[in-house]
Amino acid sequence: MKSVIAENLVKTYDKGEVVALDGLSLDVEEGTVLGVLGPNGAGKTTTVRILATLLKPDSGHATVAGIDVIKHPDKVRELIGLSGQYAAVDETLTGWDNLVMFGRLYHLGRQPSIDRANELLERFDLTEAARRPIKTYSGGMRRRLDLAASLIVKPKILFLDEPTTGLDPRGRQDMWGVIQDLVKGGVTLLLTTQYLEEADQLADEIAVIDHGKVVARGTSDALKKQVGGERLEITVENEDVPVAQEIVARISGNTTHLDLRTISAPVLTGSVALMDTLRALDEAKIHPLDIGLKRPSLDDVFLSLTGHVAEETVEEPIKKKRGGKK
Amino acid sequence: MKHLISDVLTITKRQLLQLARVPELLVFSTIQPVMFVLLFRFVFGGSITTDQPGGYVQLLMPGIFVQSVAFTLASTAIGLAEDMKKGLIDRFRSLPISRGAVIIGRTFGDALLNILVLVVMALAGFAVGWRPTSGILQTTLAFLFLFMFGYALSWIGILVGLSVKEARTVQSIGFLVTFPLTFLSNAFAPTTGMPKALQYFAEWNPVSTMVAACRQLFGLENKFGATADSWPSQYPLETSLFYMVLLMVIFIPLSIRKYKNFSS
Repeated sequence: MKSVIAENLVKTYDKGEVVALDGLSLDVEEGTVLGVLGPNGAGKTTTVRILATLLKPDSGHATVAGIDVIKHPDKVRELIGLSGQYAAVDETLTGWDNLVMFGRLYHLGRQPSIDRANELLERFDLTEAARRPIKTYSGGMRRRLDLAASLIVKPKILFLDEPTTGLDPRGRQDMWGVIQDLVKGGVTLLLTTQYLEEADQLADEIAVIDHGKVVARGTSDALKKQVGGERLEITVENEDVPVAQEIVARISGNTTHLDLRTISAPVLTGSVALMDTLRALDEAKIHPLDIGLKRPSLDDVFLSLTGHVAEETVEEPIKKKRGGKK
Repeated sequence: MKHLISDVLTITKRQLLQLARVPELLVFSTIQPVMFVLLFRFVFGGSITTDQPGGYVQLLMPGIFVQSVAFTLASTAIGLAEDMKKGLIDRFRSLPISRGAVIIGRTFGDALLNILVLVVMALAGFAVGWRPTSGILQTTLAFLFLFMFGYALSWIGILVGLSVKEARTVQSIGFLVTFPLTFLSNAFAPTTGMPKALQYFAEWNPVSTMVAACRQLFGLENKFGATADSWPSQYPLETSLFYMVLLMVIFIPLSIRKYKNFSS
């Protein structure tokens, strides 16, 4: 069953001058993680805002848990959790104040709200900071609290809009751990990111978006195959190069590429080719220094699909800084 | 709908909690009105002569009361714009809470703050010689008027805050609206000294009718502000009440509609 479906979403700003979404379609299978990957300005946040009932599309259709987000936003709101790119909590209040307040707004009673706040603070390692104003929190702590706020009623469907943007590597690692735990608990997650590595780590399936459209989708592996599949790569001693090159050419059925002592060639079924090559090398009494399958990274995927690298932004040079990593 | 009241109270409580967590906010929101009382009483009050029994301060205090509650317009708008900018309103809107609870809650929070401001100012006024002479009932009624006026204006603030979104712009707009309204009135000086066109504006200005209404309710003769035998000068209580109802009838539905539909 599909937990989230978006069909042909179109959204323009400034009377059609700026096209944020240009017929975007995607869906998320129940209990899985969809990573929406794209550069700044690709339409990631707009997509999330529409699915989370904060924004109406100009045209198109979207359902969450089978409920139309445009016709019945109230019902959708009862089922989803949303954590945005900016930590949307009251900074003057303490972490505890915030969570209790959100609990009350989800209509838990007073005591259940307090219990749930304590439980979430404990779970996200914020108990010590619970009585401090959010202003004093680090970026990672803010994000964790923001995420905690979206988990108050244990939503089955969660939207995370760039959950690690702006965090340092340690904060990002922590956040990934937290998200992975959530996924193990069975939530359906739609996650946007501009980090290829993040999509690779967290998502079952990836939708690559650019200029308001999905330009490719599939598992991380499938996307990498789409770009060029696997390459067999072996490194041997200098004197073994001619024989090894012949073996690789025969097994791959492709022309080989030689770089010093490293021979590589595209292969269709990587693991079979790898075993055959090892066997042939053994028969020829050649001991490879290194052997392996090399797969294209998601960076390669993005570049070949969109013609530009993921963090490149022409229109919004200021936002680039937040991207951090290149 | 069944959760409307509890949602509103939760949002209102949030504002009170903010004051508890950042007590400086409380200090600043009460210092400004007290400062105005002292400045006008001792800086201008000395050079303004009036035949008013009890002196200028009797005429001044109603003006300062009205001016202070008029600033609610700006403070409501600024608070809301800041919440929007920080994404807090988005979070509220993603929750299954009653429509309008977020903005109704804010107007309640600002209204509660106004009660405190009025109490502090009344004490400051009392300390510098202000004495209402009309008795407890009428005096209380005056404060009820002031409270309601602030509440009505905070609904304009809601619409401004939702429309402008940038706190600093909102602040400028707030001052651009409230300063002319409070000074082009009978609050601090008689309107008779103004050019004719401004006199008409000042007469119909809700701030003037409010000041005149309060003066009347505090037991003063209504002559300081009246420039003509116009309806608002003659019936300041009724006109003020009409203005308050009018503002709420216009701005509450507009604000709630704007909140429900706004998309950024």
